[in-house]
Amino acid sequence: MTNPAFITNNLWILISTMMVFIMHLGFATLEAGLAQQKNTVNILFKNVIIVCIGILCYYAVGFNLMYPGADFAGKYFGFGGFGLSLPEGAAGLEEYASGKYTYYTDFIFQAMFAATCATIVSGAVAERIKLLPFLVFVLLFVTISYPITGMWKWGGGWLHELGFVDFAGSTLVHSVGGWGALAGIMILGARKGKYTEKGIRPIPGHNMPLATIGAFLLWFGWFGFNGGSVLSADPGAVSLVFVTTCLGAASGALATFVVSYLKFKSLDHSMVLNGILGGLVSITAGADGFTPGGAIIVGLIAGALVPFSVVLFDKLKLDDPVGATTVHLVCGIWGTLAVGIFGTGNLVSQLIGIGAIGVFTFAFAYFIFFIINKTVGLRVNEDMESKGLDVTEHEMSAYQNVERGNFALMTSDL
Amino acid sequence: MKKVEAIVRSSKFDAVKNELSKIGINFFTFFEVKGYGRQASEHVVYRGAEYDIGYIARIKIELIAEDTQLKRICDTIKNAAYTGEIGDGKIFITHIDEIISIRTGNINESAL
Repeated sequence: MTNPAFITNNLWILISTMMVFIMHLGFATLEAGLAQQKNTVNILFKNVIIVCIGILCYYAVGFNLMYPGADFAGKYFGFGGFGLSLPEGAAGLEEYASGKYTYYTDFIFQAMFAATCATIVSGAVAERIKLLPFLVFVLLFVTISYPITGMWKWGGGWLHELGFVDFAGSTLVHSVGGWGALAGIMILGARKGKYTEKGIRPIPGHNMPLATIGAFLLWFGWFGFNGGSVLSADPGAVSLVFVTTCLGAASGALATFVVSYLKFKSLDHSMVLNGILGGLVSITAGADGFTPGGAIIVGLIAGALVPFSVVLFDKLKLDDPVGATTVHLVCGIWGTLAVGIFGTGNLVSQLIGIGAIGVFTFAFAYFIFFIINKTVGLRVNEDMESKGLDVTEHEMSAYQNVERGNFALMTSDL
Repeated sequence: MKKVEAIVRSSKFDAVKNELSKIGINFFTFFEVKGYGRQASEHVVYRGAEYDIGYIARIKIELIAEDTQLKRICDTIKNAAYTGEIGDGKIFITHIDEIISIRTGNINESAL
């Protein structure tokens, strides 16, 4: 008769796995909505393939690079072998993690997180990156960079021994994705026509309903992203995490709403969606340790940062169609620091962790993008960019009847 | 017979349609068009950046008028579409050489 607590704990992690999984649909719809119609298929395609590459690479290499085992505690690098190897009997089941989850649950839950860091990059580089070189980057990023830095904390490495705190990945997942995004847009350059001598020419997203669906799916999934990171179904811990997560999101949205209205006199929907996500990212490092009041403050500050950060990146001519650098990099850093201020960590070890992971990840990503650019080129040519990647890369449209003018199929007459 | 092409504000389309209907004119084609003119164009603020779209949206109505009705039709359109602000639109009148009805094969006025 298996222990009911073990069953419950494991079940909760598996449910959380499914919730993190659906965040990929959230990313796909959010990114598609905030980009131009002519690139919709390309964005969806990238998001679909990223999940698949991510999970398979994590199976082959990433998982054992990120969790090499107790032999490598406190170290900078460790590898537990290729593929998965289920420990015999109880060692892979109730004894694997003190009755909290099985070996396979551990793998599949973590695999969902791995693909997330790559999908963060896809939004920032949208509308002008070549598909196959980008997928090569994703493969290397998820297989090598993400697991190595992840191991430093969650895999028992040197940051863990230092006392660095990152409950569910403000740094390990979100700012890692953000650094990758930053490196990508620096090498790629801005979309054509975005920055002119007369100032910034906005390239608005084509579908706010889709973007909103995406943001809400991400918020929904975050209950699993943070809730599952408790790594058990402990009622007290999980319920606290649900509260801090939700308060962080709501506070982020409201702060962005107010600040962007005061700053731009506009009620910009895309900005508020970024505010929700910025709040969620910022709460992710310490959701298990903040008080509800603390969570609100952290979320409010993240939401307030969003409009300033968006404008700053534009001023630096770093074009980010979806605000991924703002939401994941800037708010990820803030959330990690906040743990040292309002939560259970100390500021110095937080800074060390942010810095070390930042340097490694940015250098890795920049190097890969740089090499790709020098060899096959990273950016599509002008003609492809202006016609849109759907017809040029994929030879299809996202909205076939409307775009191609198949009036005979689409309209009815009497 | 004359072809009357009228470019009017989208917001005035219903008024024009109703007034034409009152004088018995119920057949026409219309298009949603974009154009450049003297009226200031739509202002976009997106993610903190302001920009002028440049073009403005309009409705173009195209109808065929018998010579006897031409003045009445044009006056009706003009009055219904008027606001007094820059951007009210224009009416263009051109001559029609021939009309053929696809169903009946009738020519010219009997095709209308």
